Amino acid sequence: MKTKIFIKHAFTGNEASAYAMKQINPDVVAAYPITPATEIVQIFSKYVSDGEVDTEFVPVESEHSAMSVCIGASAAGARVMTATSAQGLALMHEMLYIASGLRLPIVMVVGNRALSAPINIHGDHSDTMGSRDAGWLQFYCENANEVYHTIIMAIKIAENANLPAMVCMDGFIITHGMEVVYTLPDEEIREFLGVRKPLYSLLDIQNPITVGPLDLYDYYFEHKRGQIEAMINSKKIIEEVVKEYNERFGTNFPPFIEEYKIEDADFLIISMSSAAGTMKEAIDIKREEGIKVGLLRIKTFRPFPYEVLREKIRKFKAIGIMDRAETLSTMGGPVAIETKAALYSLPEKINLINFIFGLGGREFTLNDAFKIIEITKKFSEGEKFPEVLYIGVREEE
Amino acid sequence: MKFKSWKDLPEGAIIKNVPTSIYFKTGDWKSKVPKFDSNKCTNCLLCWLYCPDSVIKVSDGKILNFDLDFCKGCGICSRVCPQGAIEMEDIK
Repeated sequence: MKTKIFIKHAFTGNEASAYAMKQINPDVVAAYPITPATEIVQIFSKYVSDGEVDTEFVPVESEHSAMSVCIGASAAGARVMTATSAQGLALMHEMLYIASGLRLPIVMVVGNRALSAPINIHGDHSDTMGSRDAGWLQFYCENANEVYHTIIMAIKIAENANLPAMVCMDGFIITHGMEVVYTLPDEEIREFLGVRKPLYSLLDIQNPITVGPLDLYDYYFEHKRGQIEAMINSKKIIEEVVKEYNERFGTNFPPFIEEYKIEDADFLIISMSSAAGTMKEAIDIKREEGIKVGLLRIKTFRPFPYEVLREKIRKFKAIGIMDRAETLSTMGGPVAIETKAALYSLPEKINLINFIFGLGGREFTLNDAFKIIEITKKFSEGEKFPEVLYIGVREEE
Repeated sequence: MKFKSWKDLPEGAIIKNVPTSIYFKTGDWKSKVPKFDSNKCTNCLLCWLYCPDSVIKVSDGKILNFDLDFCKGCGICSRVCPQGAIEMEDIK
């Protein structure tokens, strides 16, 4: 935050998201309210009513319809945004694959929330982890300030890659927690983003096209291969856009993975989202006790930055990986499973231990973070543990 | 037919050289075929109106012929004809 152009606000994650959307001034927003992301479109609809944006706001009757409207509008060439959570994202599931398969750069803010059952409205990553193979880019933010800036970057990344993107923040912890957010002036954002240049447009009547035709065994595979290539290429685009943003505005956002005190660390913790903030605090305290622990915070989960991750962790012997979601595969959480997969082809033997925490919004305390550090330390020294540990769950009354 | 590689396809699986439907002969799996008797026909054009595949070709208000490349043999034309001028025959 070097430049003086920033304006300081006290915003919740939802307010920061709505404010970013106002400044982006998208052509179309279609959304259906759901806790904890309701406020994003609620506040945005006020901007629409007050004439502060030019957006065509479509209040629909379900999230399935919300994403359907977004797809139609984006295929027409519009800049399109929406927001959702948990069950809403699950209801969109069918349409998520259509958005990505049609290569439509819709940007969606997701207030991460636990999926039912049992019914719960609080933060964990089960919703977006359920969509991790839907062909969307996924960025997990640590705080409201990062959410604000990531939404702006996500527009440019998505439109350059022609892929849809989710900007994820922990439900209630970030969506409803008020923090300092440094915003940019409208004109800076509009100059940075420019106008969307779509791959194709349904409204281009001089060049009629068919969108979404039947595509069987003779061409579906080729089209999917092209989509895979777009995901591969998006890594370069993410790197370029984040670099451009950081240089332009004096920020220091990581394109893929944030490092925290890893240079002299004996072992590492890997985390995502708001829990990384708690873990940084815990690391500072534990380092005063002489425990050399570092943190990697995975910001970009899709595409999975396995090349960067490999290089950052290959010199370590032991790593504790935190997951705020379960795969119910009996192999632990998605971050741990994918990290293991990324490391398999390395000659180095790196021992991994997986910590599942915070399901259904269970508070993740400093003591929980200490526990993770202490177990990972013992694990790094050779002590045996189960492959997956549950932090913060009651084992006994 | 030569198939394109994934690198040569438009992104997003769109089709650019529309309409492509004229190249796809949808009538090749029919089991019945319409037999048209022009002597009974009064050119009311109900068959032309009802045909779901625009198979019946008309010029100056008169039926010219049936484009069997796209006729799937559904028999709707035969059913709606008030004069009994169209009969569906089995394909042997």
